[in-house]
Amino acid sequence: MRLIQNLRRSLSPSLLLPLLAGLLVCSGPARAALDISVVGGDTGAQPIAVAPFATPPDINFDVAGIVEADLVRSGLFTALPRADMLETPSAVSQVDYRNWRAVGMENLVIGSLSRSPKGGVAVRFFLLDVYRGQQVLGFDMPAVTPDQLRVVSHQIADLIYEKLTGTKGYFNTQIAYVTAAGYGLARRFELIVADADGFNPRTIAASRETLMSPTWSPDGKKLAYVGYEKGRSAIFIHTLATGELRKFVSEKGINGAPVWSPDGSKMIVTLSFETNPDLYLIDIASGQRRRLTDHFAIDVEANFSPDGNTVAFTSDRGGSAQVYLMPVAGGEPRRLTFQGKQNQRPRFSPDGKSIAVVNNDGGRYSIALVDVQTGAMRKLSEGPLDESPSFAPNGAVIIYSTIGRGGAELATVTVDGRVRQRMRQPGEVREPAWGPYSR
Amino acid sequence: MKKNLVLIAALAGLTLAGCASKGNKDAGTNPGASDSSGISTSGTGADGLGAGSAIGSGTGAAGAYSLDNKTIYFAFDQTDIDSAGQTVVDNYGRYLSSTPAAKLRLEGHADERGSAEYNIALGERRAISVARALKAAGATDSQLSVVSYGEERPAAPGHDEAAWAKNRRVEIAQ
Repeated sequence: MRLIQNLRRSLSPSLLLPLLAGLLVCSGPARAALDISVVGGDTGAQPIAVAPFATPPDINFDVAGIVEADLVRSGLFTALPRADMLETPSAVSQVDYRNWRAVGMENLVIGSLSRSPKGGVAVRFFLLDVYRGQQVLGFDMPAVTPDQLRVVSHQIADLIYEKLTGTKGYFNTQIAYVTAAGYGLARRFELIVADADGFNPRTIAASRETLMSPTWSPDGKKLAYVGYEKGRSAIFIHTLATGELRKFVSEKGINGAPVWSPDGSKMIVTLSFETNPDLYLIDIASGQRRRLTDHFAIDVEANFSPDGNTVAFTSDRGGSAQVYLMPVAGGEPRRLTFQGKQNQRPRFSPDGKSIAVVNNDGGRYSIALVDVQTGAMRKLSEGPLDESPSFAPNGAVIIYSTIGRGGAELATVTVDGRVRQRMRQPGEVREPAWGPYSR
Repeated sequence: MKKNLVLIAALAGLTLAGCASKGNKDAGTNPGASDSSGISTSGTGADGLGAGSAIGSGTGAAGAYSLDNKTIYFAFDQTDIDSAGQTVVDNYGRYLSSTPAAKLRLEGHADERGSAEYNIALGERRAISVARALKAAGATDSQLSVVSYGEERPAAPGHDEAAWAKNRRVEIAQ
């Protein structure tokens, strides 16, 4: 019972933020802009059955469907088709475990929706161990308005995923990305924020001029990005809940590649107005700047380590674009990457032990993982034109952009390289940035 | 006045036609500034050419020039200007040195390969390379400005060398 009470307390604040964001940011219908298919997931996946939840007739929402889709999309689970279910219990007392052992299930999820006294919808679910015939998890999710049922479904999937894999879930998260369409004077850009499964896309910014490099603040409340106005670039900060837009930096030349420090107080950007593209550390509150690199080479695409002490960046000071590491406090950069022709666009993993990069191997661009200590490199994707890797906040999955039949599209890969999926969408979809856990 | 309007319309038509034909090497369009004020009519040279002379070509103190070819192309990951690019530079250099009031914006681009922000820096390097060459050919600093679009505004769709070669470019815009 205490488990349920603790959950109520800890979940309520995290539901407020998406509710606010949904109200105040221009939102379209809850359609999936991204169509997802999984490749190479079945080996080693756990069998799980997610029985349809009992639902009052006036509520038309399939929580079990979203939970199942999340778990399957991770590549770590295979789901029993509903047609193969011999029963559809919604309470533990209704479960006959023989019916589930008979179809080879190890795990069973059941649940029910009900109207709460104040008019909201409450979801109750159980995760059951089929072979032991016992309950593993049981939760009463806090009551929500019906438009928040997708969020609750993702939270349920997160709880199940964490219990069965030992890793924190990542389904109740957001992604930002850029779409581009048309050529020449007809070109249009949009900056979009969507749920991690592609639903609920919301346009944050739209322009005939370039939009690029979206990056999340550590608290998930703001997006910084690069926009152009009258042929000049600038770095903007957009507050998601209010739509407030602040032009943060706009020097002559390049204003690019913004990235937040883990404590949210500083940003590193690339500016070229003094000599050539170099890294600058800016205190957001005071606007004070400290120049981090001063080299005639291109220094760009900075990324903070999770402890805030190290910056990884792309530099061609050695003759070709490679990834370097440098203490934020100052000091000589040390080259990290030596394999292939180029290595670019570093992104630290949440545990700080590895860095995702874009590796150019003989003209083939793929996503690779580099061990920070040893420099050992492991390719995660095939290319030939993969770029923009971004870690999910649990560190288990990386989203990136690739070229499919329709043009640029998003894809994800598990960090062990085993499970890859495509997220298809009309038009070019690029520069994904995975948002943090909401606080 | 009327003649200038006709010339503006003609040049605008040429420019828009350049947009439509994606494979056209001479499509020197003005992709970034959707709200630009349009094509400048300042074309009076130092030797006193009348207001009615065409902007697309002319004769200055340094010799005749043609401004029709506005694009300079580059090899992969390179910023050196080849002989075809140098011809473009020479023409615009003569135009700028004989037209002190003229201003150009050099828009640098890269093909889609490699990371987006590195390609912004590469595009800027290319535009600066063209600016240097123009100054050697007679332009002054105040006549030139530089912007980079990296891989964000390709001239040619496609994911092969034929498309990439058309996207590694600097476009000269007025």
